[in-house]
Amino acid sequence: MNVPDDLKFAETHEWIRVDGDVGTVGITDHAQAELTDIVFAEPPKVGTKASAKEALAVVESVKAASDIYSPVAGDVVEANEALSSDPALINKDPYGAGWVFKIRIANRAELDSLLDAKAYRSQIEK
Amino acid sequence: MNRRTPLYDRHVSGGARMVDFAGWEMPVQYRGILDEHKAVREDCGIFDISHMGEFLIRGSEAPTWLDSLLTNSVAKLEEGQAQYSLLLNQHGGIIDDLIVYRTAAQEFLLIVNAAKIEEDFAWLCDHLPDRSDEVLALTNLSEAYAALAVQGPKAPDVFSNAFSLPWEHRRNRIAGLDNKSLTAGSSPSAGVIRSFVATTGYTGELGFELLIPAGDATRYWDLFIASGATPCGLGARDTLRLEMCYPLNGADLSSNDTPLEAGLGAFVDFAKEHFVGRDPLVEQKERGIGRKLSAIRVEEKSPPIRPHYPILANGEKVGETTSGALSPSLGCGIALGYLPFLLAKNGQLLEIEVRGRQYRAGVVKKPFYKPRS
Repeated sequence: MNVPDDLKFAETHEWIRVDGDVGTVGITDHAQAELTDIVFAEPPKVGTKASAKEALAVVESVKAASDIYSPVAGDVVEANEALSSDPALINKDPYGAGWVFKIRIANRAELDSLLDAKAYRSQIEK
Repeated sequence: MNRRTPLYDRHVSGGARMVDFAGWEMPVQYRGILDEHKAVREDCGIFDISHMGEFLIRGSEAPTWLDSLLTNSVAKLEEGQAQYSLLLNQHGGIIDDLIVYRTAAQEFLLIVNAAKIEEDFAWLCDHLPDRSDEVLALTNLSEAYAALAVQGPKAPDVFSNAFSLPWEHRRNRIAGLDNKSLTAGSSPSAGVIRSFVATTGYTGELGFELLIPAGDATRYWDLFIASGATPCGLGARDTLRLEMCYPLNGADLSSNDTPLEAGLGAFVDFAKEHFVGRDPLVEQKERGIGRKLSAIRVEEKSPPIRPHYPILANGEKVGETTSGALSPSLGCGIALGYLPFLLAKNGQLLEIEVRGRQYRAGVVKKPFYKPRS
């Protein structure tokens, strides 16, 4: 499973890539493989306010629906509109074209409570 | 501890994702449900259906006895023919839906749902007449048999490749299978588990199902895959059957539903004077049914529909889905659900609610999908 070293991870299998005060959020390679064929994605609306660990988006495979939680608190500043016509982007490129939303991070200190690549790798290898 | 079919090791070594289904550890998918669905619609897929139950009924009283318990007409079945039928309780509620094969003049094979093997068998045993085995013998061969379903427009090619025999089979037939040829009918020989090939299935496509001794399962599984079949799991089996509006017992059918409510009246022979559940059905037929299992298609982009989603008409809840999916063949949401009779008509506008949001839907004619094979 691909777990990029430059990202932070939530125990609930989201990743966040931080660029200034904006974080890009998606689900991990491990999560997309577990979910299998993703046939529907519902990213949050721009402007949505979220607290950390709040369900912000939903992805669904043929068999199951799964919530995507915001790793940190903040305001949604962008949603990946491409997912509505091609939700399988999450399967094909989970850390790239399959990103789900971008969030303006309210409190950067929250990033410290997330897992680094090594810790996330050991979580999914358990 | 879940039960395993003789193909368990093949599923695990083949990379299948295993899940609990009706107390069995079964593959839900190999490479992916969408790929496997497509393989069956456009090419050929193979399913392990060894979890399903097989009962053998033989004897001079077998046809009459089965006709007293099943809704369809066993007497009308010719040797080598298959028939969909229902087992009802005394209230006309559905215990199980099953396939009856007439394997010889006085011999029948019943294929029943995995989750219902014990209940069906107990029900049949309770209704055995108090007579000798000479005229009627019922045997549960579910452990002894494995079963494979090979389905898709290319299934005839897989059959020909595997057996070096031409495909010349009509649908809904059964024949004995030996290593060299297919034999029409078969002579009863006690204590021997014989192999059969039947041109039945649960996908709507051309294809066949193989009923074989459990010990032969891996050999045939390997043979059909080498002959061109793609291994498939129960996930694709479910989306394929739902596109055909084939009901799933435990989801779309239950002991609270009658065949008339489930839209299965074509499989009830009212010309028979008696079968268990007949009187309540006759009464229901005269009075009219209050609800009917309907095919509902979502008319806008929506999430996959799943069981127990609310169905609304003009904003008011009128039922809930019993099965649902995002149809891989059609690309839209599809569902089955019981609707009040007055709403169960083609073109009726409805909404299906997913996470608090309503999606435009409508009742359509069954099936959702018409196979090309």
